[in-house]
Amino acid sequence: MKIHEYQAKSILKKNGIKVPRGYVVDSVQSSIEAAETLGFPCLVKAQVHAGGRGKSGGIKLVRNEQETVSFVKGILNTSLKTYQNPDGQPVNKLLIEEACEIKKELYLGIVTDRSCNKICIIASLEGGMNIEEIAEKHPEKILKQWVDTSIGIKEFHIRNLQYLLKLDETLYSSFRTCVYGLYNIYMDYDVSLLEINPLAITGNNEVLPLDAKIVFDDNAIYRIKDVESLVDDTQEDSKEVLAKSFNLNYITLDGNIGCLVNGAGLAMSTMDIIKHVGGEPANFLDVGGSATESTVEEAFKIILSDKNIKCLLINVFGGIARCDIIAIGIVNAATKINTNIPIVVRLEGTKSEEGRAILNNSTLNIVSASSLLDAAKKAFESIK
Amino acid sequence: MSIFIDSNTRIIVQGITGSAGSFHTTQMLNYKSKIVAGVNPRKSNTTYQGVPIYGSVLEAKKEQDANASIIYVPAPFAADAILEAIDAEIDVIVCITEGIPVKDMLKVKMYIDKSNSILIGPNCPGLITPGQCKMGIMPGFIHKSGNVGVVSRSGTLTYEAVYQLTSLGIGQSTCVGIGGDPIIGTNFIDVLRKFNDDKDTNAVVMIGEIGGNAEEDAAEWIKENMTKPVIAHIVGQTAPSGKRMGHAGAIISSGKGTAKDKIKALKAAGIHVANISSDIGKTVKSVLQS
Repeated sequence: MKIHEYQAKSILKKNGIKVPRGYVVDSVQSSIEAAETLGFPCLVKAQVHAGGRGKSGGIKLVRNEQETVSFVKGILNTSLKTYQNPDGQPVNKLLIEEACEIKKELYLGIVTDRSCNKICIIASLEGGMNIEEIAEKHPEKILKQWVDTSIGIKEFHIRNLQYLLKLDETLYSSFRTCVYGLYNIYMDYDVSLLEINPLAITGNNEVLPLDAKIVFDDNAIYRIKDVESLVDDTQEDSKEVLAKSFNLNYITLDGNIGCLVNGAGLAMSTMDIIKHVGGEPANFLDVGGSATESTVEEAFKIILSDKNIKCLLINVFGGIARCDIIAIGIVNAATKINTNIPIVVRLEGTKSEEGRAILNNSTLNIVSASSLLDAAKKAFESIK
Repeated sequence: MSIFIDSNTRIIVQGITGSAGSFHTTQMLNYKSKIVAGVNPRKSNTTYQGVPIYGSVLEAKKEQDANASIIYVPAPFAADAILEAIDAEIDVIVCITEGIPVKDMLKVKMYIDKSNSILIGPNCPGLITPGQCKMGIMPGFIHKSGNVGVVSRSGTLTYEAVYQLTSLGIGQSTCVGIGGDPIIGTNFIDVLRKFNDDKDTNAVVMIGEIGGNAEEDAAEWIKENMTKPVIAHIVGQTAPSGKRMGHAGAIISSGKGTAKDKIKALKAAGIHVANISSDIGKTVKSVLQS
């Protein structure tokens, strides 16, 4: 689960890490007030769940009231398109923040390294830029310090990072506070990705996080403190949000062949095979092992709410999930929303005969398929 | 022969009274798996389908001479259930539960590395030695006893692959679902090593997913050590970057963990790769015939 920069910075602050002074606002008037309190020049930063805001015109240094009004009017309540989210996300809030003198920009990130089951602190002297690009072109500029969670973070870890980054001793105290705090946040809040880019070295000779990104472990949401106040569903795809409320794994894609599958692996495989035969999947959808008639019905409606869909491919390998129950859910949903798009069905495993009979006896536009490859071919044929 | 489990495996079910636990206990009993005990501290001294229920894993193990445990406990409590099974020195622990926080699994991983227990999963379909023992949630009837080992990060896609094998008359020695999470107890290499040493396994099907670098590591190991043919498939070739494809571990982040890189590594190690999942059975057949 992603959160906004201002929310991440508030968590940093609560945990003893110094961050730039700033105010969250949602109107032109409150923007001016915040800017005047901080003093010009200051920064206006669009709050969306995506990186690359700077390059996309989502951040501006304003020098007076006039510039503030003009920028805020132009961006508030619009949709900001970034390279991470080309479809755009709504800008409902802005962070007005003090500007500070920057001597150097570092990068600091924390992730869990699944290859060694340790926490990995990633640092670079080349902050502020596209860190992925640096990692690819100059891997030697990406420095890593692993922390075994059985011992936790120790002074020597931070000394190692100081040495790797060649940080001046006068910076050590503020760097130490920052790294300790970030590690503790990472562990205490069940974070799966924590990124400070850039971590500035300021004119006052201290380190200061100018941006902050926190992504929580989706599996731990139930125990994260005050998590409700951090959720912003307006930033996510509305179909994905709706699917989540029914415990469905759904992801919107660009194509026109809708997919309803049980199991994540089989759902990805269905997408792969659709592409293999020349088609384009419209979504990833795993109805899960414990699919009931009603979850299948909801899944069907969510898929069909995508207006690009020209055909629906149903691929179910009944194990725990029963093909007859899935068939009933499909018939119910299709009858309610009165669709006649072709539905290519491949049912195998538990109660597959019964499931096929239910579908074939319905008035739906059913195309039966004998295998996954056959289903993909027939789906692609039907949209030509 | 088989790996991990056979007709002598004596199984405890942790979470036997929950909806998933009770349903699958019945299914496993129907497959003639030896389910010897259940665990639920609030329902000890009762039975489910004739299976006695105990208050702890240690008690169940001592009373019923059990050597394996399967866990259906809800995610917030599942890590503790695994720790309890490790503490009771259970040989083979299978955790079906999906959605365990990564931080909890880091703790489990540290503890299990110091023990002699083996953990399969979490977030996995379990494992099956056809005709002998089913310790998981897979549909038993699609399997057939034989000599091809199957190891996979996926659930239903494994059923798909097994179904293709069985339809072509190719039986399986043991099928192991290692799970779709970023941190799992048993990885590809652990299972491949077992299959390599199993005299009744002649070839291995390995089904990988996008995310992480377990497939690349396995390819390296196979190249150096494996004496039997391996047929691999990687799912998620068309998955977009940065999106979690259902499984917590199936995510391409910062251009790492792509299917393309994995397939390249597998091919470089001389592994037969089925490009699409519907070709897995056929590819195994042609490798076995050559």
